[in-house]
Amino acid sequence: MAKGWLNSVKRGFTKEEALKEYLYFLADDSLILGQQLSKWCSNGPVLEQDIAIINTALDHIGRARLLFQEIARLEGKGTTEDSLVYFRDHLHFKNALLVEQPNGHWGDTITRSFLMDTFNFYLYDSLRTCEVNSIRTIAEKAIKEISYQAQWSAEWIVRLGDGTEESHTKIQESIDNLWMWSGELFENHPVFEILNEELPSFTSIKDLWLKKVGQVLKMGMLIMPSPELWMQTGGRFGIHSSQLGFILGEMQSLARSYPNATW
Amino acid sequence: MSESNWKLWEVFLRSKNGLSHKHVGSLHAADSEMAIKNARDVYTRRSEGISIWVVPSEEITASAPDEKDPLFTPSDDKVYRHPTFYDIPDDVEHM
Amino acid sequence: MGTNVSLKDKFQAYVDAENKVEPKDWMPEKYRRTLIRQISQHAHSEIIGMQPEANWITRAPSLRAKLILLAKVQDEAGHGLYLYSAAETLGEPREKMIADLQSGKAKYSSIFNYPTPSWADMGTIGWLVDGAAIQNQVMLTRTSYGPYARAMVKICKEESFHQRQGYEIVMKLAQGTPEQRSMAQESLNRWWWPSLMMFGPSDDNSPNSEQSMQWKIKRKSNDTLRQEFIDKTVPQAEYLGLTIPDDNLKWNSERGHYDFGEIDWREFYEVIKGNGPCNKERIAHHKKST
Repeated sequence: MAKGWLNSVKRGFTKEEALKEYLYFLADDSLILGQQLSKWCSNGPVLEQDIAIINTALDHIGRARLLFQEIARLEGKGTTEDSLVYFRDHLHFKNALLVEQPNGHWGDTITRSFLMDTFNFYLYDSLRTCEVNSIRTIAEKAIKEISYQAQWSAEWIVRLGDGTEESHTKIQESIDNLWMWSGELFENHPVFEILNEELPSFTSIKDLWLKKVGQVLKMGMLIMPSPELWMQTGGRFGIHSSQLGFILGEMQSLARSYPNATW
Repeated sequence: MSESNWKLWEVFLRSKNGLSHKHVGSLHAADSEMAIKNARDVYTRRSEGISIWVVPSEEITASAPDEKDPLFTPSDDKVYRHPTFYDIPDDVEHM
Repeated sequence: MGTNVSLKDKFQAYVDAENKVEPKDWMPEKYRRTLIRQISQHAHSEIIGMQPEANWITRAPSLRAKLILLAKVQDEAGHGLYLYSAAETLGEPREKMIADLQSGKAKYSSIFNYPTPSWADMGTIGWLVDGAAIQNQVMLTRTSYGPYARAMVKICKEESFHQRQGYEIVMKLAQGTPEQRSMAQESLNRWWWPSLMMFGPSDDNSPNSEQSMQWKIKRKSNDTLRQEFIDKTVPQAEYLGLTIPDDNLKWNSERGHYDFGEIDWREFYEVIKGNGPCNKERIAHHKKST
């Protein structure tokens, strides 16, 4: 294998590790996106948008809790949802790089959510019929909120794209800027092969995603960048962009200052 | 997307089947889809409704209280519309 | 002119008979202006009040605490919206109210001009600040203007969890490690007096109160509400083993109330005037987001 930025990451997993790894992908995506969205609270340009986006943040963090509780159960040894969130270092976070990208302006946030929500929609839809009971149960609950989110962010893409000249230019820029983080979502990963009997590979939903994203962008008179462009990678292996350090620094500061406290 | 060109919408919720939609308040939105979604987020955070109506406030025609006789005249002149108007002997039941 | 006087009298009689006034009904212009001022001020307080708490959402020390705080601050946005919506029935567009807030023409509750340097403040705000607000809001569910009263009913129903979640945070701290305990006490020390100021100047110095009482917009005086709040809160602090920072606080069995020390009214008026630690920050933050 040719060597580059990710030459030294771990690529061999036992079956048990693979399942946990898969859960970390889901849990960390939800947690980090939820954490990012929660920063909009009291910053929404219009009160109605503030309330709407906090609802999605609540959904993401709520879902993250369920997933971390499941991981904690598998990890055992006194692990809790909070020890996983507050006392893990960045190398052990497995979220996609897309979710750690900054909120930017409203259009940036909408684009990031739209790319992610569409991915989540197809992923959780297929998880509803997967072979792992605990994940199936979570997916069954999550798909309702994800459907809503995917529709909400898609409507916003169309509204901004088909809105004023300024909103159109800005949202096209957001799409172009964030596009290089989108390919990682469908990247192959060693755990998918290990789990292929029980859980869907993220690569399997790429075509559905491309089709849907293409349709929505077209409705908003927007141009979809080529999926063949060079894409960033590393998140699923614990190699992150600089943003994650700040996100964790903020999120974990209080809990780490008082490691023996319960809240 | 500034709020300044967003219309005001009146929101009506049906809390459960069998009940009518009831006015709960208003909100701002750029279009009807957004109004429905905003209404869901603003007015049903605690499962208060299963069906939402939104109507642009400007589309509502309201009856104006009579200028000459503001608010205070009870509309009791049609007393014959009320059940208590009629004297029915107590012996007659279920009426 | 003669009709005008009699309309006012009729209005007063109508309100005296505990009837509700609805948007299109005739009302004295001053009643309308008073309501717009009060409802929008109330709405602004909800919106500006999001900031000191939103400040801690990203740092909440557990996922459970994060969800609760997020839901709570979102409720405040919702409450602000219900109230703007009630004020809009009086013909005042929200945009104008927000412009008045940002220009400093409209006020909001002064309590939100204090900062929240500690996680314990999330508890204390819920317990004391929401507690004081509820005192006021319960009274307002019976206010004479229909849309305002209805908004308040909805708000009170939703707010009932706010004070409890605040008290829970303080309780966990008070029963936690010694560091957590002192965190709780330190926060109570700072917020106690500003919470008492929330009820406004004492009755002798509250110029708008009398007319508002007469119109049944307001139904209890500032001092009455303040006393009720103190009487209710002291035992809650005792339960936690925390000390209220007032040497003069003492049960007066003759009055059936707690006696308490003197509020620093100079601080109160300076903060209202714009000289609190966060006045500028709050408005700048609000402007930046819109």
